[in-house]
Amino acid sequence: MIDMSVDLAGMRLPNPLMTASGCAANGRELHRFFDIAQLGAFVTKTVMADPRSGRGTPRMAETPSGMLNSIGLQGPGIRDFAAGDLVWLESVGARVLVSIAGNTADEYADVAAALCQSPAFDAVVGVEVNISCPNVANRGLVFACDPLSSARVIALVREKVPPDVPIFAKLSPDVTDIVEIAGACVKAGADGLTMINTLLAMVIDTELLRPQVAGVTGGLSGPGIRPVAVRAIWQVRAAMLGGRIPTVPIIGVGGVRTGDDALQLVAAGASAIQVGTATFNDPNAPMRVKRELAAALQARGFARFNDVVGIAHTRLDRKRQ
Amino acid sequence: MNPEPQERTPQVTGELIANRRVGDYHHLTFAAPGVVERARPGQFVALAVGGDTSANLLRRCFSIYRAEGGTVDVVIAARGPGTRWLTDLSARDEVNIIGPLGRGFPLPAEPVACVLVGGGYGSAPLFWLAATLRQRGCHVEMVLGAATRDRLFGVAEARRCADGLMVTTDDGSEGVPGWVSDVLPAVIDRSSAEIVYGCGPMAMLRSVTEVAAAHGAVAQVAVEESMACGIGVCMTCVMPVTGDDGVTRMVRCCVDGPVFRGDRIRWEAFDHGWCRVPQDAHGAITKSDASGAVTKQGGAQ
Ligand SMILES: Cc1cc2nc3c(=O)[nH]c(=O)nc-3n(C[C@H](O)[C@H](O)[C@H](O)COP(=O)(O)OP(=O)(O)OC[C@H]3O[C@@H](n4cnc5c(N)ncnc54)[C@H](O)[C@@H]3O)c2cc1C
Ligand SMILES: Cc1cc2nc3c(=O)[nH]c(=O)nc-3n(C[C@H](O)[C@H](O)[C@H](O)COP(=O)(O)O)c2cc1C
Ligand code: FES
Repeated sequence: MIDMSVDLAGMRLPNPLMTASGCAANGRELHRFFDIAQLGAFVTKTVMADPRSGRGTPRMAETPSGMLNSIGLQGPGIRDFAAGDLVWLESVGARVLVSIAGNTADEYADVAAALCQSPAFDAVVGVEVNISCPNVANRGLVFACDPLSSARVIALVREKVPPDVPIFAKLSPDVTDIVEIAGACVKAGADGLTMINTLLAMVIDTELLRPQVAGVTGGLSGPGIRPVAVRAIWQVRAAMLGGRIPTVPIIGVGGVRTGDDALQLVAAGASAIQVGTATFNDPNAPMRVKRELAAALQARGFARFNDVVGIAHTRLDRKRQ
Repeated sequence: MNPEPQERTPQVTGELIANRRVGDYHHLTFAAPGVVERARPGQFVALAVGGDTSANLLRRCFSIYRAEGGTVDVVIAARGPGTRWLTDLSARDEVNIIGPLGRGFPLPAEPVACVLVGGGYGSAPLFWLAATLRQRGCHVEMVLGAATRDRLFGVAEARRCADGLMVTTDDGSEGVPGWVSDVLPAVIDRSSAEIVYGCGPMAMLRSVTEVAAAHGAVAQVAVEESMACGIGVCMTCVMPVTGDDGVTRMVRCCVDGPVFRGDRIRWEAFDHGWCRVPQDAHGAITKSDASGAVTKQGGAQ
């Protein structure tokens, strides 16, 4: 038996598998396929202060080994979420990583504060701060693209969330230097990082000769972006190993469909794995990946998941020596 | 807490038993134990395409045409890569199937007269519905329409399972030349129908809803929105629908539908393949937001 348990900045989980925000709704739907309490953690759809209808349709396009989505962060708003979905998640025994966002840095803080008031806050093992959101106060530039805006959001959220509940900054790969953003977030108080969010992309409908999704551009996800996730995790982990930024746990996400895919992200430096788009193909994917990852580790003679985190860096060192 | 077994949605490997060409369509029969038992007319299945390592990750959804004796039947129009892959399959090939999904057609408590309107392959779920309604003592009329004779599905079967049948084609190659909405008023009036069930293209469902309302009947329509997951987790399949409380919400067609009361759908929001969020919808982006970056930035999620 492999020891799959992990400790992510004080967040102790029996295994490293999670859903990805926006790819599992808020639990009830996937619970029809498997017991979501068996996940390391359940990651909820990003919630903002107010209810949001999201964008018009079409909201998606299939792409080679992936998809484009343009949902527009449809959701119930933090109050309904905290009094409804979160209470249900607690009732089934799920460990919950709550994803939050705001149109302004202050809205992030308000959402975090409202979350902490939930009667089910005990189920919250961590907060994931989705900074891939346009900053209304900064001409709509996405927070995650600017180190100062990212740091401000993280600092404000960190103040509102109890110190024993870790917060994770979810980074966008659409930046020139992801290490710079990662460093800014960690220095501002992020206890960990989630990498990566979707890539900004676009599809043209060749029948109608117009953008295929109503939002014009959208977020690209799925196995097609996995090499980007591996690269981003690698770079940030390397910066931690090199002492350029403080070391914190990384939750890897992006294109994981199998245990082998997960192992790539883990070897690059991820201490936990989220499964997103693959869930649309196989609703049981997060649990299947958990089994496959354990089997892959066993087959390679490892006894503990933890021993493999970032291992590719040490093997590279060996080659260089 | 484990989900109760009866609350679980089956995901099974279905074996293709038969693949027959019917006009422009393919009628596929799968052995799919587990999926069939709880299915109701109007529900659908989501089929994985291209095998385990397929680059087409998203499932394709199809109305259940029949579900009996451990088999599930669907009628497929080959369009893009997924439907072409499915229609090229041969007996004994395997397909991963999830279902039954969605909410089926609501059935009347009383034995009232009903009209079932199908456009193209949209007739597929209606035969099973007709049989279910007739078991309950309902008088059942069917109206089937399509662009051409080859795109009609199930005319002979409709003759057997309905009390009356009208057929229309745009080009007049079979039945009455024209649209289903041309003949529907007379059928509703003649049969004093109280419910009109519809399945087919959105434009047809809209006119079915309008005709039903004008002739004192309630429309129950099964819609077809682009779906990425089919199980309620992705929020791609939404449409503006007004609830019992009078509030319009962007609801998911896969779990809240695909059947809706026609008069609850905000048809005016649909335009040339786009669907807008009505300004009065719950959580609609307000004017002040819209002037900012939120709508212009088509970024993540
Ligand atoms: C509830 C429901 C019932 C349906 N019943 C039938 C049926 O009985 N027979 C039939 O032939 N077709 C049916 N469809 C439509 C069918 O799902 C699409 O034609 C099919 O998914 C297109 O796949 P493709 O690979 O050919 O096209 P592609 O354009 O390559 O599909 C790409 C992606 O878009 C989605 N998509 C594209 N068009 C549609 C569409 N019209 N509806 C939903 N998703 C779409 C696909 O699921 C896939 O994720 C139904 C759709 C829904 C939602
Ligand atoms: C339909 C859809 C909705 C998403 N919604 C969110 C969201 O609300 N918040 C967020 O942080 N990420 C969201 N994501 C991004 C995923 O959480 C994940 O970071 C990304 O899809 C890459 O992982 P994957 O390839 O496994 O899907 C969404 C992705 C998809 C496909
Ligand atoms: S298709 Fe994913 S929520 Fe309906």
